Amino acid sequence: MDGSKLNLMVPSAGYDARYADDQGSVITTRVDQTINWLLNWGRSNSIWYMLFGLACCAIELMQTGGPRGDFERFGSAPRPSPRSSDLFIIAGTLTYKMALRVRRLFDQMSEPRYVISMGSCSNCGGLFQYAYSVCKGVDQIIPVDVYVPGCPPRPEALLEGLLKIQEQIKSERYLQYRYGVGVTPEVSLLG
Amino acid sequence: MKAEEIFEKVRAKFAGDVATGFNDGKGGDRDAWFLVEPYRIEDVATFLKTDPELHFDYLECVTGIDYPDDKQIRVVYHVYSYVKRHRIVLKCLLDREDPALPTVSSVWPTANWQERECFDLLGVLFDGHPDLRRLLLPDDWEGHPLRKDYVEADEYHGIPTTRPNPIELFAIKVPSKAAPLADAKKEGGP
Repeated sequence: MDGSKLNLMVPSAGYDARYADDQGSVITTRVDQTINWLLNWGRSNSIWYMLFGLACCAIELMQTGGPRGDFERFGSAPRPSPRSSDLFIIAGTLTYKMALRVRRLFDQMSEPRYVISMGSCSNCGGLFQYAYSVCKGVDQIIPVDVYVPGCPPRPEALLEGLLKIQEQIKSERYLQYRYGVGVTPEVSLLG
Repeated sequence: MKAEEIFEKVRAKFAGDVATGFNDGKGGDRDAWFLVEPYRIEDVATFLKTDPELHFDYLECVTGIDYPDDKQIRVVYHVYSYVKRHRIVLKCLLDREDPALPTVSSVWPTANWQERECFDLLGVLFDGHPDLRRLLLPDDWEGHPLRKDYVEADEYHGIPTTRPNPIELFAIKVPSKAAPLADAKKEGGP
C-alpha cells in the first residue's frame, strides 16, 4: 500500500496481504470469519436440550420451559433424544446407578455438545454428598460447561446459564478450533 | 381386636416359643409388637392373614435394622387389617453373620419388593423368594450399605466417591467471626 495515501477503510497490510490492493470502496472480511459468525449465530439460537430430569431440579426445569421462564424464546426446545440435542442439562441428584447412564447418553450426543450442571446436587453432591449412593458432582464423569448454583435454582438462574452457553458458542471459532478463543489453529480448513 | 388379644391368639395357635416377648407399645414404642421365631414367620403370616378374626390383609412395611453390638439383625413386619382396623408389628431376631429367614411373599405379594430392598441394603436372605435381586442399588454393587460397619469404596466404575473440600483445595482463608480485624492484622493486612 502506498504510504502517502491514508485510507482507513483498507485493512492494514499486516492483517492480510491478500486484500492489500483494495481501495476502500468495500469493507472486506475473511470468509471463514463470516462463516464462523453464521454458524455461531445459528447454533447459539437453536440450542435444543435433552429432556433429562433427575430430581426436584427437574420441576424448576419444567418451570423454565413454561410460559414465564419461556426457554423457547431463546430457541431452546426440548428434545426427547440425545442424538438430536445439543445441550445436556443435568437437573437433580445424580446417583452412581444413573451416572453410568449419563455417561452413555453423553456419548450418544453429537458434537458440538454442551453440558449445564443444574443445582447443588449435580455440582458437587450437594445435600447428599455424604451418601454412599450419590455421585459427588457430574463433572467427575463428563465435562461441564456451566454450573448453575442453587437448591434448586430459580428459572431465572437456569436462563442465565443458557445465556452463558450462548456466549460461549458465539465466541467459538468453529472452523479453526472448537474451544479456541485465542488459540492458534494448527490446521485451517480454508487454508 | 386389641394387640394383646392378637398376641394371645397367635401364641395359643402355635406350640412352643414361636411368639414371645409381647410389648404393648406404651413404653415409648408407638405400636405394639412381639417377637416371632424366624423359621416360623411364614406360618405365622399365613395364620394372621387367613384367620377370620385377625384378617391381616395388608403388609405395610418390611424393614431391617442392624444391631452390631447385639450381633443381631432384626427384621420388622408392620401388618394392618383394613377390615378389622387393627395393627400389629412382628419382629424377628437374626444372626448378624448369617441372616436368613423364610419369605412371606407367598402370603402377601407386596413383600416381594420390600424383601428385595431389605436384601439389598442389609443382606438378609429370604428363603424361597422368587426373585431375590438388588432393588435399589446397581447389580454389581459390593456390600450392604445399611449395615453399621459398611465402608464406602474408593471408587465405583472409575468414579471417585470423594470430592476435595474447595476451601482446603484453594487454601481460602475464612476470617473468624469473633475478631476478623485481628486476624487480618496478624497476616500483615490493614
